[in-house]
Amino acid sequence: MALVDDLGRALERTPGGGIILTSLDAVMDWSRGHSLWSMPMGTACCAMELIAASFARFDFDRHGTIPRADPRHADVMVVAGTITRKMAPAVKRLYEQMPDPKWVIAMGNCAVSGGIFYYDTYSVVRGVDEFLPVDVYIAGCPPRPESLQDAVLRLREKIRAESIAPGRSRPAKLVLPSPTDPRAGGVATADDGSGEG
Amino acid sequence: MTGQAEACGVDAHLLQTGDELVVNIGPSHPSTHGVCRVIVHLDGEIVTHAEPVIGHLHRGIEKMAENRTYLQVVPLTDRLDYVGSMYANWAYCRAVERLAGIRVPERAEYIRVVMCELQRIASHMMSIGSTGADTGATSAFIYAFNQREQVVDLFEAVCGARLTYNYVRPGGVSFDLPDGWIEQCRAFTRSHPSAMVEIDKLLFGNVIARQRLKGIGVLPAEEAIARGVTGPAARGSGVDWDLRRDDSYSVYPRVDFEIPLGENGDAYDRGRVRLWECVESCRIIDQALAQIEEGPIKAEGLPRLLAPRPGEAYDHIESARGSLGVYLVSDGSVRPYRMHVRSPAFQNLSVLGYLAEGHTLSDLVVILGSLDPVFGEVDR
Repeated sequence: MALVDDLGRALERTPGGGIILTSLDAVMDWSRGHSLWSMPMGTACCAMELIAASFARFDFDRHGTIPRADPRHADVMVVAGTITRKMAPAVKRLYEQMPDPKWVIAMGNCAVSGGIFYYDTYSVVRGVDEFLPVDVYIAGCPPRPESLQDAVLRLREKIRAESIAPGRSRPAKLVLPSPTDPRAGGVATADDGSGEG
Repeated sequence: MTGQAEACGVDAHLLQTGDELVVNIGPSHPSTHGVCRVIVHLDGEIVTHAEPVIGHLHRGIEKMAENRTYLQVVPLTDRLDYVGSMYANWAYCRAVERLAGIRVPERAEYIRVVMCELQRIASHMMSIGSTGADTGATSAFIYAFNQREQVVDLFEAVCGARLTYNYVRPGGVSFDLPDGWIEQCRAFTRSHPSAMVEIDKLLFGNVIARQRLKGIGVLPAEEAIARGVTGPAARGSGVDWDLRRDDSYSVYPRVDFEIPLGENGDAYDRGRVRLWECVESCRIIDQALAQIEEGPIKAEGLPRLLAPRPGEAYDHIESARGSLGVYLVSDGSVRPYRMHVRSPAFQNLSVLGYLAEGHTLSDLVVILGSLDPVFGEVDR
């Protein structure tokens, strides 16, 4: 028996049982990747497609992705919809409440970059990656449920390449850009005043 | 507890209330139907005061419209009421057409009516389904969503989008109906009423759901009128007011339909009004599809860049949530000088505090769901 990295395929090859030698990394990544409970952070239009994805027609549960409204049960936060400057502190707070290891999917153009609300508006955060470490971006306004499924499969691939050794704590930073010039200098800090979440 | 409440943004003076407990629901809560935050004052389990905090989805759409040409505003209106995008499209286009004096071809009007009635079904399915989810009957949500997916398929066949359609344009609609679409739509309207009867039995006939919904959040008809509540939320109280009939527009005078009314004005009646409106929508669609004739789908000789004469226009339609109006001011340039949206969801949400008083905390969720707010439209 050889040491295998891809546990899923190895299990398929030995249906009747037997011994598989593997690394702890491979086991952990395999189990994490196949039960990504999601925290649906649906704020706007994309939330509708998020709901559609989890229902009978697209059946998200078969990927092991079950929506959990409580951040403490969730592994991946799916940010679906526009994040406004008023909403951002709440999103950050919810992210901080999720236990490690945790991942973020930015669903839809608003969560990716502000999308249609990038220009001419004073209240929208230009992309959730302004303050959260995003793993997978999905384009679309809104993306189809199939895109969301693809994102989960890609996130699984990403997790497979990770090691558990160095730990995975990536803090959120909430430094909201100024409304006039989002990406350039002169950023204004807008802390939510909660101190340590 | 004080520190926690402050972190959530509850003012300190609200906590100086003796035995009263202040609970903060949202802005991210699965049963607030979006990003609504409600500050609830509780005496035991009874709500003594509930105050919705809005603005978590304020995207400045009205302000953005001032920097867009008239045609470029249409996609923005999609994102207002994202459960029923067609309505805001249509209300905005009607205001533009009134402002610029555009005559819409008859076929386009029929297509708009068909689309908006389909949209009403899609939107009400979402509302009824979430009423089920709020009361713990998730299976009703799954049945309702099946129907919604069928409508979404019809929309996708016409305009290629599942949610944000950008379909109704000033002067007409963007695409004609594809081949075979009318038959596909008829098949849906044939099967939909029986599905409604099934959901009626499954959800509103269920003894648990009845106990959770009946007598909850009673809105008297006078209060509904005084507080500007429109749509199914008002018709559940027996307010016989529907713009499709009472300020009839487009081709609605040529079709025959009933307006379902509730009696008690509780969450149960509001839900059932929505359910039977879906059946009436099927009737409207069938009649419109029978009357529709070949012809142009867009007004002739429309300039690429609309620049209406200086003036103002207001037009309203009956959306799934009530009277949806768009007010436009033109200064003669290619961009609107001012756009304002009279959103029914905003008006309907304003009665939440009134309705929730005296009910338990778990009923607050049901009441909020029965008002069917969409926060894209509330916050704009």
